[in-house]
Parts: sequence; C-alpha cells; structure tokens
Amino acid sequence: MERIRTPWAVIVALLALTLAFAACGDDDEEPTAGGANTTAAADGEIKRGLKFVSMPKQLGNPYEEIEHGGFEAAVKELGGTHELVGPTDASASSQVPLINSVIQKRPDVLGIAGNDPNAVAPALRNAAKRGITVVGFDSDVAADARKIFVNQASSEQIGRDQVKILAEQINEEGEIAILSATANATNQNTWIKFMREELKNYPNMKLVKVAYGDDDDQKSFQETQGLLQAYPNLKGIISPTTVGISAAARYLSSSDKKGDIALTGLGTPNQMRKFVKDGTVTEFALWNPADVGYLAAYAGAALASDLITGKEGEKFKSGKLGEHTVGKNGEVILGPPTRFNKQNIDEFDF
Amino acid sequence: MPAEAVIERSDRPAGAARARELLGRWEVLVAALFLLTCVVGQSLSSEFLTAESFTTASLDLSEVALMALALALVVVAAEIDLSVASVLALSSAVMAELWNAGLPLELIMPICIAVGALCGAFNGFLVTRLGLPSLAVTIGTLALFRGLAFVVIGDESVTDFPVAWTDRAFGNFAGTPIPNTMILFAILAVAFGVLLHATPFGRSVFAIGANVEAARFSGLRVKRIKMWLFVMSGAVAALAGIVISLRNSTAAANVGQGFELVAVAAVVLGGVSIFGGKGSILGVVLALALLGAIQKSLTLAEGISSYWVQIVIGTLLIGSVLGPNLVRRAREARGSIPTRRGKWPLRRAATPNAPQQ
Repeated sequence: MERIRTPWAVIVALLALTLAFAACGDDDEEPTAGGANTTAAADGEIKRGLKFVSMPKQLGNPYEEIEHGGFEAAVKELGGTHELVGPTDASASSQVPLINSVIQKRPDVLGIAGNDPNAVAPALRNAAKRGITVVGFDSDVAADARKIFVNQASSEQIGRDQVKILAEQINEEGEIAILSATANATNQNTWIKFMREELKNYPNMKLVKVAYGDDDDQKSFQETQGLLQAYPNLKGIISPTTVGISAAARYLSSSDKKGDIALTGLGTPNQMRKFVKDGTVTEFALWNPADVGYLAAYAGAALASDLITGKEGEKFKSGKLGEHTVGKNGEVILGPPTRFNKQNIDEFDF
Repeated sequence: MPAEAVIERSDRPAGAARARELLGRWEVLVAALFLLTCVVGQSLSSEFLTAESFTTASLDLSEVALMALALALVVVAAEIDLSVASVLALSSAVMAELWNAGLPLELIMPICIAVGALCGAFNGFLVTRLGLPSLAVTIGTLALFRGLAFVVIGDESVTDFPVAWTDRAFGNFAGTPIPNTMILFAILAVAFGVLLHATPFGRSVFAIGANVEAARFSGLRVKRIKMWLFVMSGAVAALAGIVISLRNSTAAANVGQGFELVAVAAVVLGGVSIFGGKGSILGVVLALALLGAIQKSLTLAEGISSYWVQIVIGTLLIGSVLGPNLVRRAREARGSIPTRRGKWPLRRAATPNAPQQ
C-alpha cells in the first residue's frame, strides 16, 4: 500500500511560501532618462516625426476601431508614425503584457483605452518613467498613470441624457432595465451611477435590473431575451454600449414586442440605421468616436512637444476640432453627445 | 479488444528505454525551438535580447507558469484540469471580498489557497468518486467557478491592496532582473520536480497514467492519488490568483481569461503526454520559456497583431500532440510491430483507460 503523505507537504509548503514571499526583497527600478525627443520645441510648434502607439481595450471591436482610426488620422496630420497594439480579450489584465512590450519600443506617445483603471497603472507608470507620454481616452486609467484623459463628454451628461431620452419615449413611467458591457467596465459603471441619480427625478420609472452582455453580441442578445422573459411589464431598455444596443435592437426587431419596448443608449449610426428606420429604435445618442481618438492624439502630441504639461486651464490646438482646454484632473472633454433619430441619421457615416 | 491489449503489454517493456530516449530528445527539441525563437525574436526587434525582455516576459507568464506545474502532474496521471483559470479568478474574487471585509492579507492568502484546494477537491470528487471524465467535469467547473467569482465580487474590482505587497509581486528579486514571482515559480518547480520524479507518490502518478488498471491491481490507491492531484492543481491555481491580483493591484472576477489554454499548451509542449504516463517538470519549464519567448518576440515586433500569439500557441499545441504520434506511427510503418494500418497510435494509447467490466 502506497503512503500518500507527500502531497500534504506540498500544500503546507504552498502556504509557507506565500508567507516566505513576504521576505523577498524588492528593488527600485532605476529611473531612465526620457525618450529620444526631450528637447523643448521652439515657439509652440508640435514636433514632427513623433512615434505614436495606440492601444484599444480589445481588437476587433468596431467602436474601438473607429476611435483608433481617428487617432491614426490625427497622427498623419501631425507627421508622426502610428502603430496599433491591442489585446484579443478585454479582461482586466490583458493589456499589461502589451504595455510592457510597448515600453521597450520607446514610442513618444502611448494612447490607451483602459480595460481596468488600476491593473494597467503600474505598467503605465513605468512607461512614464521612461519618458513616454501616456494619454488615456475612451475609458480612463488611474489618474497618476496618465497625463491627460480625453473624455467623450462628461460622464454625468452621458448618463443623465440616456435616462432623459428614454423618459421622453415612455412618458416617464414603467419598469426599465440596463444592458451594460462587462461588469467592471469603468465608463459604463460611471454612467450607470449617474443614470441612477437621474432616475430619482422620475418617480414612476423603476430600474428593475442591470444585465451584463460583456460586449459580446451573442451574450447581449441572450441577456435581452432574458430581460423580456423575466420582466413582462418592461417598458424600456438603456444599453450604454454599442455592442449591447445593436444586439438588443436585433432581438427586439424580430420579437412581437417590437415597438412596445423602447430601446435607447449609445450606438453607432451605421449599426443602428436599419433599426431606426424599421421603428425598433426612436432615438439614441453618441459622440463621434473618431473625434475622441483624434483629440487624444493631438493632446499627446502637445504634451510630447512640451507645449503643455497637463495642468488645469492649459489650452492646446486640436486640429479640425479647434482648441481644447485641460480641465480638472487632467481631463479634456470633447463636447456634448449627439442624438441620432430618423431625421438626422443619414447625415452620419460611422 | 483482448488481442490488442496483449500487443500493448508486450510492447511496453521494450519500448520503455526507447520512450525515455525519445523524451530526452523532446526536451532537446523544445530547447532548440527556444534558441530558434531567440534568434528570430532578435531579428524582429533589437529590444528582444535584453534583461527587460526577460523581466517582463517572465512576469507576464507568472500565473500560467505556476498553474502549469501542478497541471503537469494531473496530465501525467492521464487526467486534465481545464478549470485552473477559473479557480484563479475565484481566488482573486475571494481575496477582494475578504479584503473589503477588512481581513489582513496574511490571513486572506491562506484562505484563498484553501478555497482553491476545495475547488480542486470538488473536481476530484466528481472524477474519482462519481467516475466522470475529467475533461467534461472541468469544462463544467470552468464555467461554474468563473460564475461563482462573479457572484462573490460582482462588478467591483478591488484595487487598494497595500503597496508593500503589490510592489513585492510586481518587483524584482534583490536588484536582479529576475521578478520575485519567478523566484516563487523556481521554488515550486523544484518542489513539483522532486514530488514527481523522486518520490513514491510521483512514481504512482506515472503508473496510473501509463495503465490505470495495472496500477490498481498492483495496489495503488488510484482514486486517492488522483484526488490529491486535483487538490494540488486547485491550490496552485488559487496561489496564481493571489499573485495576479497583487501583481496588477487589481482583484476582479474576469482576470486570467484563456489562461487554461496557455497552461495546457505549456504542459503538452513540454512533452507531457496528453494520454498520460509520460512527461517531466523540466520539459514543462522549457516549454514555458519557449512560450514566453514567443509571446515576447511577437509583441515586440512592429505591426504584428496579438491574434498571432494565439495562432502560434494553438499551432504548437496541435503540433506537440501530433508530433510524438507521427513518430510512433512512422516506426510502426517501418515494421517493428505487426502492421496496424489505418489506426492511429493514440487510439491504442487510450485503451488502458477504457472501462473494463
């Protein structure tokens, strides 16, 4: 008969190791002098030939692609070079290995849409130490891990606007649900917080459920189906994510509740055009995502050229968008969201 | 199929020396691939052969590396544990929840490991006591444990762990370019290496993997040993969950998605037979180095999409299952064994696991 004591030793050793881990010394990273281009640019000109890297939350997300397309367009105007580097899944830690490799490539500017504000922070701080200018856009990262964050619109306005749009459509009463992206998506959770605030102004509207479609088309479709089954009196759905709203619209347009349940949220005109025209969706909102990326590249170029430092009140030129001002906590706001409906949707192509 | 079973047995003793020889060559092959990757990597980017590459590549692979060690033993015993990445996430979620509740980390970490061990015991119970195939069981618990992680912590992600601990997980060992997590890995690699290759327990694991019936008839307590393997796999995955949470200063339920694929790839690429009975910890360590080098070289190269990392890992995984089979098939075709045309050797290798009664 075999004696099986050894595994106990392994389990005990495991426990002991976690404690022994505490004894491991940690060293300081030696600070390296900044990247290639640290000399101040003469009289407020943006330096040419800057090297840009932009990192989406995940490759293959159409919304992110438009955003980073805008980033690339701005880089071209600025006479720099651009590389897109992104993870294949949107989990909290998937960007970290990529950031580590980007640091080794020593670009001048790294523009990033963060999957998780804190998971990427240590790697981004490391990037800053090496003289790389970090600009957040779309979804913020920890404030000390980037110089500037370009916000689509104020989070408060985005959250509150979506509730207002829905309220108009359902006469301010009935059960409503939210179909969000992943459960820990920074921007969606901030908007939902303000939606809850705004809902206090509508005593007859009741939020019954926040569902998570994980920015996955199939899952969002199933979650919509689930919402309709679980809440037969549901009057409206807000989906503050482009993947969610189009999956929900696809489900509603083929269900017998089409037209009875109002759907709004954030979507792209190209994805939603069909559903606006067939009456599934009356009105939804979005900013122009290409402009978000565009503005981020201009902000990064201004920082990397030492024209601004990211302090509140500083102004910088933003190409075709004119001029923008740095707000509190290094936040730069693009502008108010645009509402899309039958009347104007054909004017937009993205 | 009694006739085939006879062939199988008579084949074994003669093949043992040869198999060991082949195994040796397999590890040499992985090492050669590693060197090749280094050459290619350096030609793709001059940043490849640097201390920084080593630090970040090994840091990025820390959790997968830890999980692969325990997983190797499970696979040697002809089982599989696909739930490891979900146990990692559950451990991270439990860590977050207990930290929110105000417990000290020194107490939370042993609890997380215990939770992981419990998850492993659940897998082990379903496999050994109810006799279910581990592939099906752990695909089920892959979803189950990940779901539990979301139940535990929901849409939160906890980020306020003490800096002393997060620096420890993110930092390097005493001024060297070696991350602290790799020191942890090295200690565990030695521990698992000794356990698998130098103890009676390890020999039993090989015996079970090679022929579970023979192992049972020779008096090994097969169920109990397999149970321990799953418990260890769960405990180590939970440890990896602690490491990833501290290293990223973020505990959340969606960490480590897809890590099970890379861990299995490391084990199989390391020469551990997916049909059990063969393999070494050294091979797994080499395979991890190879995977790390591949990931690093592809992410450093200009303009190569991250999808390629997945494509290469998938291809290597298939290649490393296919490779040894092709070799055996070629040998058989040369006529050392009476001809068995049209049959894949892998079917024969699976025979000992078929129900006997």
